[in-house]
Amino acid sequence: MVFSKKQLHFIIATLVVILPLFSFANPSVDSINDSKNSIPSNKTEHLESKEGKDIKSEIKEFIDHHLKDSYDFNIFGYKNEKGEQEHVGFSLPVMLWDNGLKVFSSSKFHHGEQTAEVDGNFYRVHHAKIYKVDKKNADVTLNAEHEPTNIKPLDFSITKNVFMIFVVALIMFFLFKGLAKSYTKNGGIASGVGRFFEPIVLYVRDEIAIPNIGEKHYKKYMSYLLTIFFFVWFLNIFGLTPFGINVTGNIAVTACLALITYLITTFTAKKDYWGHIFWMPGVPVPMKFILAPIELLGTFIKPFSLMIRLYANIVAGHIVLMSLIGLMFIFKNWIGSSLSFFLSFAISMIEILVALLQAYIFTMLSALYFGSAVEEHHHDEAHH
Amino acid sequence: MEIPKIVGAGLVVIGAGIGIGRIGGSAMDAIARQPEATGKIQTAMLIAAALIEGIGFAALFAV
Repeated sequence: MVFSKKQLHFIIATLVVILPLFSFANPSVDSINDSKNSIPSNKTEHLESKEGKDIKSEIKEFIDHHLKDSYDFNIFGYKNEKGEQEHVGFSLPVMLWDNGLKVFSSSKFHHGEQTAEVDGNFYRVHHAKIYKVDKKNADVTLNAEHEPTNIKPLDFSITKNVFMIFVVALIMFFLFKGLAKSYTKNGGIASGVGRFFEPIVLYVRDEIAIPNIGEKHYKKYMSYLLTIFFFVWFLNIFGLTPFGINVTGNIAVTACLALITYLITTFTAKKDYWGHIFWMPGVPVPMKFILAPIELLGTFIKPFSLMIRLYANIVAGHIVLMSLIGLMFIFKNWIGSSLSFFLSFAISMIEILVALLQAYIFTMLSALYFGSAVEEHHHDEAHH
Repeated sequence: MEIPKIVGAGLVVIGAGIGIGRIGGSAMDAIARQPEATGKIQTAMLIAAALIEGIGFAALFAV
């Protein structure tokens, strides 16, 4: 059957219009369950599955679980026939330093509900942090401001974020190693999956590195710029999947990336760079004294803004997207749920653009800072 | 959330919106004057928009 162009447009338009009828969040089934079990509960994270939750605190818990780190890799959870919560996923190892190295699997925590006993010490997870508790089956003691007073052992476990960093590193390694190898095998032309990334690598070199750093010195920084670009891009894209992987939305991760940029600018800077900071040429002498502390502060604030920009963009995007998806469950009619579905779809398209854009901005600003660090000394009329 | 915090957050968003709107408008004018420079103008516009958004988000988090 061959349709003409106008008929095809009409068919597609009809399908798009009928689509809201199929966008179900199963409103009637959910409302029955909620009305039977719902007890208005306080905003706490340790809700047992037997108690009912009203939908708003459940959404808050869902958003929190997506944004925070966790000690096990929970792919999804469902309620089986007995009404208990079943989880599909695997536990990650927990490594603590508490007068000796203690390594154990996070399955001992039973998803944050029980106390783990290791070598006579007891540990408990509270708000995604591990605390040492005294007796078996005890909880952390909270002081007046609801902060725990137990000590925290030194924690360098493999959490979900660390695990995802390793996964992305391995993906990048095999992807680009395969791309580099395919050049030798095929006589100068790339082949395989890496072909898609060749123009992007060239773009980073020709549009980001060379204009900002200059022809003489850009090669030293290319490896770092490429690593940062693809690392941030892949991690942002992974954050948009429903598994709750939120690495760039963790301020420690972005702080480390910004710190590395700062260290590279500081330790590969030429004398002119420091000369320009402390003794800005071309301004009268009293201004030079005023500008020196401001410029020095500027060297810290520029990487700091890199950290905040990436963190805030990603976290804010995730919160908005999760809230809109949760809105789909709060509205229990056809129109409200379908409208919020389309809105969250549009916002997730924007989030995919933001993933690439934030990686590009981080890389470009890093290249800009490197460029100002290795800038050649040029004479202008103010110099004598 | 208290009222001053909410008002502050709204002001920050207004500032960011005005800034990015002005950049978008100037970019439109520039593209209309010289359509062959569209690529460079778009790149510069996106960079400036991301910088302003960075400040906007940072202030929003502080609020």
